[in-house]
Amino acid sequence: MITLSHYLVLAAILFSISIAGIFLNRKNIIIILMSIELMLLAVNINFVAFSHYLGDLSGQIFVFFILTVAAAEAAIGLAILVVLFRNLKTINVDDIGEMRG
Amino acid sequence: MDFQLLDLYTLVPEIFLLIGVSVILLLDLFLSEQRRDVTFFLSLIVLILTSILPWVFYDAEPNVIMNGLIVSDALGAALKSFLCVLIAVGLVYSKNYLQSRGLHRGEYFSLTLFAALGMMVMISSNHLLSLYLGLELLSLSLYAMVALQRDSARSSEAAIKYFILGAIASGMLLYGMSMIYGATGNLNIEAIVSSILANDADETLLRLGVVFLIVGIGFKLGAVPFHMWVPDVYQGSPTSVTLLIATAPKIAAFAFVLRLLAEALGHPSLQQDWSQMLTVLAVASLVIGNVVAIAQTNFKRMLAYSTIAHMGFLLVGFMTGSITGYSASLFYVLTYVLMALGGFGVIVLLSRDGFEAEELSDLSGLSQSNPWCAFLLMIILFSMAGIPPTIGFWSKLFVIQAIVDSGYVGLAVLAVMSSLIGAFYYLRVVKIMYFDATEPLDNAVTYRTGLAIFGVNGLLLLGLGLFPGWLLALCQSLIESSVRTF
Repeated sequence: MITLSHYLVLAAILFSISIAGIFLNRKNIIIILMSIELMLLAVNINFVAFSHYLGDLSGQIFVFFILTVAAAEAAIGLAILVVLFRNLKTINVDDIGEMRG
Repeated sequence: MDFQLLDLYTLVPEIFLLIGVSVILLLDLFLSEQRRDVTFFLSLIVLILTSILPWVFYDAEPNVIMNGLIVSDALGAALKSFLCVLIAVGLVYSKNYLQSRGLHRGEYFSLTLFAALGMMVMISSNHLLSLYLGLELLSLSLYAMVALQRDSARSSEAAIKYFILGAIASGMLLYGMSMIYGATGNLNIEAIVSSILANDADETLLRLGVVFLIVGIGFKLGAVPFHMWVPDVYQGSPTSVTLLIATAPKIAAFAFVLRLLAEALGHPSLQQDWSQMLTVLAVASLVIGNVVAIAQTNFKRMLAYSTIAHMGFLLVGFMTGSITGYSASLFYVLTYVLMALGGFGVIVLLSRDGFEAEELSDLSGLSQSNPWCAFLLMIILFSMAGIPPTIGFWSKLFVIQAIVDSGYVGLAVLAVMSSLIGAFYYLRVVKIMYFDATEPLDNAVTYRTGLAIFGVNGLLLLGLGLFPGWLLALCQSLIESSVRTF
C-alpha cells in the first residue's frame, strides 16, 4: 500500500538531490538548470500527493501553473545561458566570477 | 466569494495595465528607430494612469473577489499607486542612459510594465497561487531585463546569477507552499487562517512549511545569509535596471511578506516561530550588510550592501508581529525606496556614453562640477545613514520604537550600533564628493527633466523629514484597515 508519506519522502529526496546538484556542481551551468527543473517537479509531486489524499483539486490546478511557469523559466534561463556563452565562451561554473567582494 | 462581473471593476488597474502593455508591445513593432520616444511616452502615460486607477476603484474595507484569489483593500491601492509612480520616475531618470547604451527599445519598456503588473498582482493577492504567479511575472521580467545588454559580459554574469538564485528561491517558496497546503488543505489565505484556528492543521507540516517560506523570502529580499546575489546583480546590471530592482520590488516584497506571514500564518503560535527566524536574518543582515559595505570601492556595490542592511531593518520591524511593527516597516520601506530611487538615480544621471559613474572615485569633485547633484546626493546619503532632519532618521526611529515597545531592547541596541557603522561609509561618500577634488571633472549633467525630478526626489526626503507625522499616521491607518490579523 502506497501512503502519503511515501510520496512525501520521494519528493523530499528529489528536492534534496536538486539542491545538492545546484550547490555541489562545479562544472556546468546546464546541470544547474536541470536541477532547478527537478526542484519544481519535486514540489509538483508534493502538491499532487496532498491533493489526492486531501480530496481537494486545487493542488492539482496549482501544478498546472507551476509547469507552465517552469517552461517560461527554462526558456529565459537558456536564453541567458546563450548570451553568457557568447560573451564568455564558457559555461563552466568556476570560470564565472568576474565580480567578487 | 463566487465570481461576479462586478469584481472586474476592482481589477480595472491591472486590466488596464495589461491592455496597455500589450498595445505598446504591438505598436512598438511598427515604429522606426527614430520614433522610439513614442513607446517611452506611452509607457509613462500608462503608468501614470495606472497609478490613478486604484483610487477610482477603491475599497476601504478588505474585499475578497475572484473566488478568493484577489483581495482589494486600502493598503493595496496605496502601494500599487506608489509603485507605478516610482517606476515612472525611474524611467524618466533612465531616458538618456538607455539611449546612450542602445537599450532604448520596446522590450525594455514592455518588460518594465510586465514587472509592474506582477508586483500589482503580488500586492493584492489573497491566495498562494496568485502570490506565486505575481512573483514569477516580476522575477522573469527582471531576469530578462538584467540580461538585456547583450554584449556586456558583466550583465550576463549578473543575469545568470540572479536567475539561478531566484529560481532556487521560487523552489523553496513553492516547497513551503506545498507544505502549508498539505497541512491546511487550502491555498486561500482566509481558509488557511480558519483551518489553523480550528486546529485542523498538522503542526509539524505547518512549521516545516514556514521554514521553507522564510528561506524563500530571505532569498527574495536579499537578507543574509541568502544575500549572495544582491551585490553581483546590482553591480552587473545596467544601472537603470538596478534602479528598478532596488526600488519597486521592495514594496511588492513587503506586501508579499505581509500577506504570507502576517495574514496567513500570523497565528500567535506560528508567529513566535517566524519571529525568531526573522530575527536571525535581520541581525545577520544588519551586521554583515553594514560591515562589508565599508570595504567597497564600487558605488553600486556599496549601495547593494546598504540595501541588505536596510532589508535587515525592515525585518526587524516585521518580527515584532504587531500592528505598530508592521506600520513601522511599511514606513521604512516607503521611505527607503525613495532614497534608493535617488541613490541609483544619481548614477544614472551622471553616466554618459561610455562612462558609468559607478566607482566611488568617479564622484570626486562632484561638488564643483555638479553642485546641485552633490547637494541632493548628500541629503540622500544622510537619509540612508539616518541623520536628522532627513526622513531616514524617522524611519529608523519608528522601527526601533516598535521593537522597544515589544520588549526587544537588545535588538534595538544592535540596530543602532549597526547604523553607526553604516554612517561611516555614507559619510565617506560625502567626503569624496566635497573634499577629494583631485582633478575637475567635466561631467556636468545636462538632462534638465531628470535633474528637476531628481531635485524633487531629494528635497522630498528633507521635507518629509521635517513633517513625518502624517506619513506615519497614514501607514498606521493603512495597516489597521487592511491587515487581517489574529
